[in-house]
Amino acid sequence: MTISRRRFILGTTVVGGGLLIGYASTRPSKHSIANRDAGDQPYLTTWLRISPDNTVTVIVPHSEMGQGILTSLPMMAADELDADWDKVHVEQAPATDLFANGVLVKGFVESMGVTVPSFLNGVAASGAMKIAEIMNMQITGGSSSVRFTGEQGMRVAGAAAREMLIKAAAVRLDVPESELSTSLSFVHHSTSGRSLSYGELASDAAGFEPTSAPKLKDPKDFTLMGKPIARIDIPSKVDGTARYGIDAELPGMLYAAVRTSPVFGNKLLSVNADAALQRRGVVKVIELDNAVAVVADNYWRAKQALAALNIHFEETANNKVSTQSIYAQFDEALQGELSKDVEEGDAPAALKSAQTVVEATYRVPYLAHAAMEPMNCTVHFHNGKCDVWTGTQDNLGIRGRVAKIADMNENDVTMHAFYLGGGFGRRLPTDTNTIDQATLIAKQFDVPVKTVWSREDDIQQDYYRPAVTSKFRGGFDANNQLIAWENHYIGKNEPAEAAHTPYAIPNKHIAYALSETHVPFGAWRSVAHSQHTFFLESFVDELAHRSGQNPYQFRLNMLADKPRHSAVLKAAAERAGWERNLAPGRAQGIALQESFGSIVAQVAEVSISETGQVRVHRVTCAIDCGRSINPDTVAAQAESGVIFGLTAALYGEITIDQGRVMQNNFTDYEMVTLQDSPEIDIVAVESGESLGGMGEPATPPIAAAVANAVYILTGQRVRELPLKNYRFTAVPNESAV
Amino acid sequence: MARFRVNGVEQELDIEPDMPLLWALRDELGLKGTKFGCGVAACGACTVQVNGNPVRSCVTPVSAIEGSDVTTIEGLATNVGGITAVQQAWIDHQVPQCGYCQSGMIMAVSALLETNPSPSDADIDGAITNVCRCGTYPRIRRAIKSLTATA
Repeated sequence: MTISRRRFILGTTVVGGGLLIGYASTRPSKHSIANRDAGDQPYLTTWLRISPDNTVTVIVPHSEMGQGILTSLPMMAADELDADWDKVHVEQAPATDLFANGVLVKGFVESMGVTVPSFLNGVAASGAMKIAEIMNMQITGGSSSVRFTGEQGMRVAGAAAREMLIKAAAVRLDVPESELSTSLSFVHHSTSGRSLSYGELASDAAGFEPTSAPKLKDPKDFTLMGKPIARIDIPSKVDGTARYGIDAELPGMLYAAVRTSPVFGNKLLSVNADAALQRRGVVKVIELDNAVAVVADNYWRAKQALAALNIHFEETANNKVSTQSIYAQFDEALQGELSKDVEEGDAPAALKSAQTVVEATYRVPYLAHAAMEPMNCTVHFHNGKCDVWTGTQDNLGIRGRVAKIADMNENDVTMHAFYLGGGFGRRLPTDTNTIDQATLIAKQFDVPVKTVWSREDDIQQDYYRPAVTSKFRGGFDANNQLIAWENHYIGKNEPAEAAHTPYAIPNKHIAYALSETHVPFGAWRSVAHSQHTFFLESFVDELAHRSGQNPYQFRLNMLADKPRHSAVLKAAAERAGWERNLAPGRAQGIALQESFGSIVAQVAEVSISETGQVRVHRVTCAIDCGRSINPDTVAAQAESGVIFGLTAALYGEITIDQGRVMQNNFTDYEMVTLQDSPEIDIVAVESGESLGGMGEPATPPIAAAVANAVYILTGQRVRELPLKNYRFTAVPNESAV
Repeated sequence: MARFRVNGVEQELDIEPDMPLLWALRDELGLKGTKFGCGVAACGACTVQVNGNPVRSCVTPVSAIEGSDVTTIEGLATNVGGITAVQQAWIDHQVPQCGYCQSGMIMAVSALLETNPSPSDADIDGAITNVCRCGTYPRIRRAIKSLTATA
């Protein structure tokens, strides 16, 4: 992956005697000019601020949702700047156009050769937003912040500022720049023993034109990048002071509880508000297009009053839809016309000539995100303006959405950022049903109104990870070589490569059928990789066993021209002690996938309990994300990704009956907890290649790794998830390979 | 009137007896460290201590804790501005990710270690049933073990 190094400095300026510097990948015309003179808004065009007291402030244009971005991005800027980490402060960027994520968007465009970042295709396809609006987003998603904003923004800003500080010091000390060095927020002149702090030099430095392509450090010279630096957000997350959107508290605020039509798409018919209005604290009952809201002086009172209401929603054809009818619809679609995904060689002919053909059909259900912080949004309309308090994966996108719903100018809407109590795709600007409701409810008041969804609302009104059916045929020739791969599946993938395997197979035919349902869908951690890696890596495993080959060696043999993939697969197998010294009753499964620029292989060590349930004891996870910026954060994201994927594999299932979601809460939409959380061993394979993402790539492989081990233990091939729906019987099978 | 102590301070609230303690803490007393996660005692994000015992405040009506001592995450450390050994272990092991569940986790773990300073893995699994959607469980276990090792 090559990323263009074209960048432009937005501007430098002196504010309060300090240096401000910022970069973007395109020169944003009027904004940079306007704001260079806007002394009262000093950091609008910048990512770095160096103050006279020798502190450095890094402004981060991404949301912190547990991925450590408020630490990793400042590390990248501070390292190139040679700043003293103890004197680095971090601020969340305000939601203004100047922090729109041009660098990130361009990174996607340039690296993938597409016109729209792939994780935003849903937005573009919906017609709800034009490209221009997409370019104006502040998105945190696509496992992208470090590899794009960090590599192309933070590092460059830090390096440019350092060069300017050296120039300023050279003038001040009257020595050549070549005799100067930097460390810990000081410029040193070793021959004379003189040093000047960055704070002392900042004002002078701002007078120099920054170079457009400052020299970045060689990785061997990194002082912060590659070190396990403690996350700056953690102390506030252990003493209860961290604030999430749901914690917004404002004078005179009211609280709203909402009941939305349980059948997606159906409208509200009627509600008698009397039962609610008589209750203590209830202020108003509001009818929305497809929902009823009760507004009260306390959330619990609003919720109680809502439960007392008799609400009628319309019935439509949607009421007839069930999981079974959806799967039948998928099967029918796969018999119809397909759209091409990959066509290499001639798979139909190869399958005809094949000695052996293996066929299988896989499915996975819808899934909800179930972020721990229930969906919420506080909105205050006042004097023609609007303030919004909520945690989002895109403050600018949500600002635009609120403005649109409220029919206001975006510039009259102010976003107040918070930590996110989990994102996982649920808080992207594509998924705005809570935001929309909160805006419409608050519009009827001149005080702030906090709309809070219950967990039941969250589970039943999500934008779900789509259910998918995927059919395979694999063909072997007379020499037991895999010569044909055919895969037909439902839905157009995001990212587009989700159904592509890295394996060298001469003939491939991969195609999809569209089959729309009334169930809303959205990006769910790792997006289409979450379904397709289960399918691909399970079917590859089937092919290995059916051809009498070891599933690890079978994969390795087909990766001869993929050295990074081979290295990761080997690293996982070696660390896990592949099929060596396993305790009785245990087996290992392996799976591999590349996603978001990172390659991950996992080995799961599994047993079957006396009650026939799957128990995962240990997961070895090898990762090549190029190189680690913060190795502890990489490990944490890998652990997190494994458990997120494991919850889906073991328990995750949203079913539809009579048009609505049947699950309600964590009682019937279960999560992995401590007792079924495996030991996780992380192996970092530092290839030194372009940075890959880390928020998502550890999620896709785990389901297949576990299911492949289950096959060895039971002889039963798992072609549908979740595993909780099975009662397995472990069969001693010494011959399993 | 509901009467109970929160972090050592007497509280007298004119609220319904069936209002769950969670909403009394969050919306009446403004103590936002205790989190709403599920409303049905299934996730533990709302865990506080009542007379030292871990309690899921989202299903605990204030009438049930009349006259009791409630400790929330804000009052866990008794030294002003300080943190407890459990909280320090959470920092040392870099446990939290999104952090939303961690107040409840820390309250539950603190109560466990108070009564059982050296819990086995089975004890931990049995007592700490809180949900963490970010999957910080391996670090939670390591953090708990680090506390029992020095106990």
